[in-house]
Amino acid sequence: MISFDFEYFKPATVEEAVRAFWQAEARGKAPIYYGGGTEIITMARLDQLRPGAVIDIKGLPECNDMRFRGEQLAIGAARTLTDVEETPLFPLLADTVRDVADHTNRNKITVGGNLCGRFFYREVLLPFLLVDSLVVLAGPKGMRTVPVHQVLNGAPSLARGELLVQVLSDRRYFGLPYVTVKKTKMERIDYPLVRIAALRTEQGIRMAFSGVSDIPFRSLRIEAILNDATLSLAERIDRVIATWPVPILNDIIGSAAYRAFVLRNTLRDTMTALERRSL
Amino acid sequence: MNNTDRGIVKCELELLVNGKRQPVVIRSADTLLRVLREQLGLTGAKAGCENGDCGACTVIVSGTAVKSCLMLAIEARGSRITTIEGLEDAPIQQAFIDHFAFQCGFCTSGFIMNCQALIDRHPDANEAVITEWLRSNICRCTSYEEIRKAIHAVIDRE
Repeated sequence: MISFDFEYFKPATVEEAVRAFWQAEARGKAPIYYGGGTEIITMARLDQLRPGAVIDIKGLPECNDMRFRGEQLAIGAARTLTDVEETPLFPLLADTVRDVADHTNRNKITVGGNLCGRFFYREVLLPFLLVDSLVVLAGPKGMRTVPVHQVLNGAPSLARGELLVQVLSDRRYFGLPYVTVKKTKMERIDYPLVRIAALRTEQGIRMAFSGVSDIPFRSLRIEAILNDATLSLAERIDRVIATWPVPILNDIIGSAAYRAFVLRNTLRDTMTALERRSL
Repeated sequence: MNNTDRGIVKCELELLVNGKRQPVVIRSADTLLRVLREQLGLTGAKAGCENGDCGACTVIVSGTAVKSCLMLAIEARGSRITTIEGLEDAPIQQAFIDHFAFQCGFCTSGFIMNCQALIDRHPDANEAVITEWLRSNICRCTSYEEIRKAIHAVIDRE
């Protein structure tokens, strides 16, 4: 049971949603945009989050888009992970979401909720980082489109009150060889000890990570090491782990040493699989 | 959307549950699980973890299995809600009996609703699909193999 009240809005347009946010904000309601609500309900029940207003974005047409416009695939923020999985227009994304949470929860978790959520795994982000997606954001000054790297790589840095409307991805990446792998401590549906999504392009292998640290990220410096043909694979992996850019998590799911061990093996398997595959 | 700049905190609305329009008075913060159990007396959906982990509260909302502890009742406006009480002699219910697919029974209604949604969606589901869907629910008595047999009994017959 959620022990406090909040106002519920279900706007019909993006403009109404943003206006509702700022009107509630002006009244001190600490509003929050609401997609599938799984994380918000969970945290509110535990009193870890106390919004005074929630703005449900599932009625916004742009947030329900999932179609190609020319060479770009637009995926609305309110689309569920099940939608993405069952209509695999972006195969790497579909295969990645397939083992986020469990099937019933994927019926409710939305793309936008996972990308902007407070649970730091945000695994849906990784494929978008690999294909240099763009995100469409709405705020009081209108819409803006920016690279996903700019606002979501690492900790989310959307401006207060900005609504993630859509993610745009270039289809030219969709046919490239990829690997997406999630290592958990026990159950497959658990949070990842190590999650890697990787893509092989003509310029080299791209890789993004979740679970290893308390932010999901893609690092060009790590990719430069992994693509350094002057080093053996073992040397490249040693160097990546030795210079990991953020602290490796050390928690109940796994110690830092165990995570590094799993990371090492998963990196080796991922690199080996991708280096075998032709473009 | 409201004409005012105020959102809904509490309201009276109708939910379409098991084919009947049911008037309820809800807070926006009420989960569907709580409204089904406490206002409509439909206690088949169980309050297990209330954290989206166990699946004991699973119901079907417009054809989709949903954990009712992770859905606000107000979100279900205009949707068709089916609870275990709305299944009448569904083949999966008999199959659970025939295959002893439960022991204590606490998880059973959630499992049956998930299985029903699976059979509706994938009447020819293969083993991988069944495994994937069954991961959504937990049975601490570990009746998983019997539950799997019950699903197969329905799918293979159909």
